[in-house]
Amino acid sequence: MATADLLEIEGLSTYFDTEEGTVRAVDGVSLRVRPGETVCIVGESGCGKSITAMSIMGLVGTNGTAGRIAGGRIRYEDRDLLRLNKHELRTIRGHEIAMIFQEPMSSLNPVLPIGEQIMEPLIEHLKLSKKAARARAIELIAQVGIARPEQIAKAYPHELSGGMLQRIMIAIAISCGPKLLIADEPTTALDVTIQAQILDMLRQFKAESDMSILLITHDLGVVAEMADYVVVMYAGKVVEEGEVVELFERPKHPYTQGLLKSKPIMGQRQDELYSIPGQVPNPLELKPSCYFYERCEHAMDVCRRAEPTLKGVGEQGSVACWLYEEEAIVHG
Amino acid sequence: MAEALLEVNRLKKYFPIKAGLLNRTVGQVKAVDDVSIAIRPGETFGLVGESGSGKSTAGRTAIRLTEKTGGEVKFKGVDLHTLGAEELRKLRPKMQLIFQDPYSSLNPRVRIGDAIGEALLDHGLAPKDEVRDRVLDVLASCGLSAYHIDRFPHEFSGGQRQRIGIARALVLNPELIIADEPVSALDVSIQAQIINLFRKLQETRGLTYLFISHDLSVVEHLCSHIGVMYLGSLVETGSRDALFREPLHPYTKALLSAVPIPIPKLKRERIVLSGDIPNPANPPSGCKFHTRCPFAVARCKEEVPAFRNVGGDRFVACHLV
Amino acid sequence: MSTITGGVAESEVAPAKRPLARSSLWRLAARKLLKNKLALAGLFVVVFMFALCFIGPLFSPYTDNKIHMALMNKAPNLKHWLGTDALGRDVLTRVMQAGRISLTVGLASMVLSVFLGSLLGAIAGYYRGIADQVIMRIADLLMTIPSLPLLFILGALLSEWKVPTDYRMYIVMLMLSFVSWPGLARMVRGEVLSLREREFMQAATVLGLRDRRKLFKHLLPNLVPLLIVIASLNVGGAILSESVLSFFGLGVMPPTPTWGNMIDSANNLIDFQQRPWLWIPPGFSIFATVIAINIFGDGLRDVLDPKPKK
Repeated sequence: MATADLLEIEGLSTYFDTEEGTVRAVDGVSLRVRPGETVCIVGESGCGKSITAMSIMGLVGTNGTAGRIAGGRIRYEDRDLLRLNKHELRTIRGHEIAMIFQEPMSSLNPVLPIGEQIMEPLIEHLKLSKKAARARAIELIAQVGIARPEQIAKAYPHELSGGMLQRIMIAIAISCGPKLLIADEPTTALDVTIQAQILDMLRQFKAESDMSILLITHDLGVVAEMADYVVVMYAGKVVEEGEVVELFERPKHPYTQGLLKSKPIMGQRQDELYSIPGQVPNPLELKPSCYFYERCEHAMDVCRRAEPTLKGVGEQGSVACWLYEEEAIVHG
Repeated sequence: MAEALLEVNRLKKYFPIKAGLLNRTVGQVKAVDDVSIAIRPGETFGLVGESGSGKSTAGRTAIRLTEKTGGEVKFKGVDLHTLGAEELRKLRPKMQLIFQDPYSSLNPRVRIGDAIGEALLDHGLAPKDEVRDRVLDVLASCGLSAYHIDRFPHEFSGGQRQRIGIARALVLNPELIIADEPVSALDVSIQAQIINLFRKLQETRGLTYLFISHDLSVVEHLCSHIGVMYLGSLVETGSRDALFREPLHPYTKALLSAVPIPIPKLKRERIVLSGDIPNPANPPSGCKFHTRCPFAVARCKEEVPAFRNVGGDRFVACHLV
Repeated sequence: MSTITGGVAESEVAPAKRPLARSSLWRLAARKLLKNKLALAGLFVVVFMFALCFIGPLFSPYTDNKIHMALMNKAPNLKHWLGTDALGRDVLTRVMQAGRISLTVGLASMVLSVFLGSLLGAIAGYYRGIADQVIMRIADLLMTIPSLPLLFILGALLSEWKVPTDYRMYIVMLMLSFVSWPGLARMVRGEVLSLREREFMQAATVLGLRDRRKLFKHLLPNLVPLLIVIASLNVGGAILSESVLSFFGLGVMPPTPTWGNMIDSANNLIDFQQRPWLWIPPGFSIFATVIAINIFGDGLRDVLDPKPKK
């Protein structure tokens, strides 16, 4: 595609040093987000999708969290986020790149009224006066579909439900007109009817503002509804990526195929669900191999000896699987 | 028609709201309000609802894990809530509960083998020297290995822990299993393993399930009958096929249309409900759903709709049906 | 392919760590303790202090109360490693003898108060209702009285009634337990209340387990870590309280030595400035013992947790 990427991650590695060894939570991940595009990172717990998001936001290794960025580049427009100093990062964070989390309750300050928390980035980044910020905050609350915005602005987080709080988080996130919104499991803690509202709203904001969304989720249903482009992660690595329809209709990696087959789909009952045998490998015991080979029904000899790399297959999309690298084996 | 294994009649469970210095009761949350369900042997009844719907409380009150406020529960014809403590304890093995979080429902200081075997001993269901064999048997049928028997809960993954929870219930040869969101804490690939296990166990052992879940795609897959709860009350019940083919209550319709389906660009009719789930401590008047119902009329605000039979085994509580 | 194969990939525990036979929780704990250097050091100091105090005096050529006016206030030398006091008594022997009393008072009052506190706290937490109300109101009442002044008053009464020295030690133990059980009961009650609501207790009800098993197999073992920490803090606290009482001349009376009254007898400017061997040894003993017990208790709690610490 001709348009320049808004965000380009190359070979990102984020490690956690534990007593038992180094956990490579994110291991050489590359992905890109184009302007106006929704990219979904999908994977199961522990696959590194959230750590990827936190790495982009510069939230790894700060504020007493463990972990370190061991390598790679995170290019946003023309800057490398990993090389920015704290001050430069702060001007981007919350302004050009905003983030919403799974638990809105824990990301809001319990002793500050909602309104003031929405005003903060407006005053900090957009240099609005207090009065203007207050007016804008009330506008934003109305914009995320909450009735009685003046009253809600004075309320404290514990007075609102989970769905309302997530709306407030979205209001804060979009308040400075970000170019990229990173949403980490934004609807996982919510009920389905509320989830439908939130997803609708995100779609609507994206359509209105040409904002890009990097959505992190474990729910393939949410991916199908939201994504333009999908990145599938397993054990810290990208195993497959591609345009959403292509990926759902013709998944290539056995893991992606398994995931899609094992999710019960409403209206398509089967007697027995397909299930991927076994479980995710222990991150401390990974050897150079395809990390999926123990659970893979197509596992070959080469899979346990060498790690497949992500290679373009077909018109679009890439997959990291030896099944699609037969040539490589022959020539190698 | 076979006699119901579990019959819940107009069950009520209210929790007092206490406030102030003297801890005076200032109101009550009607967590379960007039819920009636009958589950016949071999059936899987899915109880569906969002947070605050009271589905978990209904399940727990049904087996008298909490005391009821009103109504009655009959298990194999026995009124559970009038039994004495010791009689109830002796009946417990026949009705088991599987928890959502398999980790917190296992004592971290008790080995798996003991956790599974101890109830056999307490109920005298197996002599001491046979307990280990019985535990090994049930571990195998739940897809666990023999060497797991001496491990502690923290040494297992989430999916394995849920298998342990299932094994612990199963070893007692229960007739009824209440499964409270048993797969919602699990990853998709593990979830499928556990769902299949539930199914297989039902086929081999003729179990009856009360399956409590918020995930309609799982419920559709596993359940033969379904009840939909909203703010403490059942709004609709029916057989799976009928209910999914033609949902009658507007809430059921909205719920079904809100479930994300993993098929991109799928065109379907959506009912996006406005507003939030009301606070269960202060539910709306009349039909509790009227504040969010796209079809609500004046009557809905004033009059509580009766939960009535609309043909076959379908019941619905809506003025408009 | 089979769909029920989960649990085949054994990735959680490295084969080397897999216990071959069913090793008991205690053995697991011992193995873990060996890896916890700090706790081991604490244990070593505690054992050393006990050995010193209870076995040491047997090898001492001196007796603690024999007065030798000729040997008054000698600085440490080869015959008297820690010197002698104003009455010519060997300081090392007296420190060891004093330790017997201080450690016994500390341990005994800990055992008594932990027993009282955990029993009453557990009853209050487990049965709630009226038992809870009665026990906790009494505890609250006792807690509103500041413990040091209370101990002072009780100590003064002991002196007033001329209680024989031999009995004073036991009475001091009772006094110390009496002031410390309410705080303990409160903590135990809180823990029992939260354990009661834990899902595995509900699971035990669902399984229809007998009350006895629920209590002794599920509730109490989970209370042990808290009790250990409380107990270790309590021993230290009791040793300190006894020292404070004795320091003010209200606990065990001279000539029977305790670490507290030994420091008290050096409580004048000349001794303090010019004869540090009179007060440093008992002071250091208190310090080392209390710290070591607390460190060991802390380590023991971690070690008894079957879950590895992240």
